[in-house]
Amino acid sequence: MALSASKLKVGDTHEEVVVEDLSRTQIVMYAGASGDYNPLHSDEVYTTQAAGYPSVFAHGMLTMGMTGKMLTNYVGDGRLTKFGVRFTNQVWPGDTLTAKATVEDIREEGGQKIVDLKVETVNQDGKVVVSGSASARLDP
Amino acid sequence: MADTIKFPIEASHIMMFARSIGDTNPIYHDEEYAKKTEVGHITAPPTFPRAVAQFDPDYHLRWRPNQPWFGSGKNPSSIEGKPKSSGGLHAEQHFEYHRPLKPGDVLTVTTKPGKTWEKESKRAGKLVFTETIQEMRDQNGELVITSRGVGVKTERPVDQG
Repeated sequence: MALSASKLKVGDTHEEVVVEDLSRTQIVMYAGASGDYNPLHSDEVYTTQAAGYPSVFAHGMLTMGMTGKMLTNYVGDGRLTKFGVRFTNQVWPGDTLTAKATVEDIREEGGQKIVDLKVETVNQDGKVVVSGSASARLDP
Repeated sequence: MADTIKFPIEASHIMMFARSIGDTNPIYHDEEYAKKTEVGHITAPPTFPRAVAQFDPDYHLRWRPNQPWFGSGKNPSSIEGKPKSSGGLHAEQHFEYHRPLKPGDVLTVTTKPGKTWEKESKRAGKLVFTETIQEMRDQNGELVITSRGVGVKTERPVDQG
């Protein structure tokens, strides 16, 4: 389902819990699917004893991927024109993440209505883990 | 990273990728459902283009037979003398979408370096940022995805304060 420009206004928000109690198994699934086998994400021995982190942690791209799920649920499939983020804090096993989109602008570009969204994903402590923006094509 | 990579878009790869991000949307695995959508075919989640790593012959974060690997085996790291802060993290990622991906597409991905810059941080010491820009064109030479990634090397592990 795509969004209609006529039913949308600046300040509207959409949010979803995109993962509860993130499991190490999901992180391993992401490594396998994405091809990023950095041991920082799956190898607790390496990560704690050689790299000096308290535990393995999620790929930034896994958090961006889960944030993207919230976006496509909101704007519809095949509607995104842009999606970009900064990774501001690491995501750890056990984290629960909430992704939120806020309408910043509704504009027209070559006869096509476009929505610009602010995108932010926070963990269970309210710490921002991903921060960025997205744009999507709207119905009239 | 190889300068030019062939990236075949495959339905089973999309299905596994969607599962890994916990996205149960049937447009990522159910062809019959996908036919009835506006897109009209199975497509890929928005962050799927980074899975091009699977098809990069030189990708440095994939274990390979008979080559040193920095993850643990008998020892915490199988490469001796490796600095404790191996340091490569993902700082930013930006995509531009020109059309939805479709199984059967074969993308040609060209990679070029972007800017490099440095910053001092309290949490991880000196940070060195490096930008990489990838253009993904389809079998007809049309631009499908533009991807801009920023990697950061940290002086020490990021402080969890």
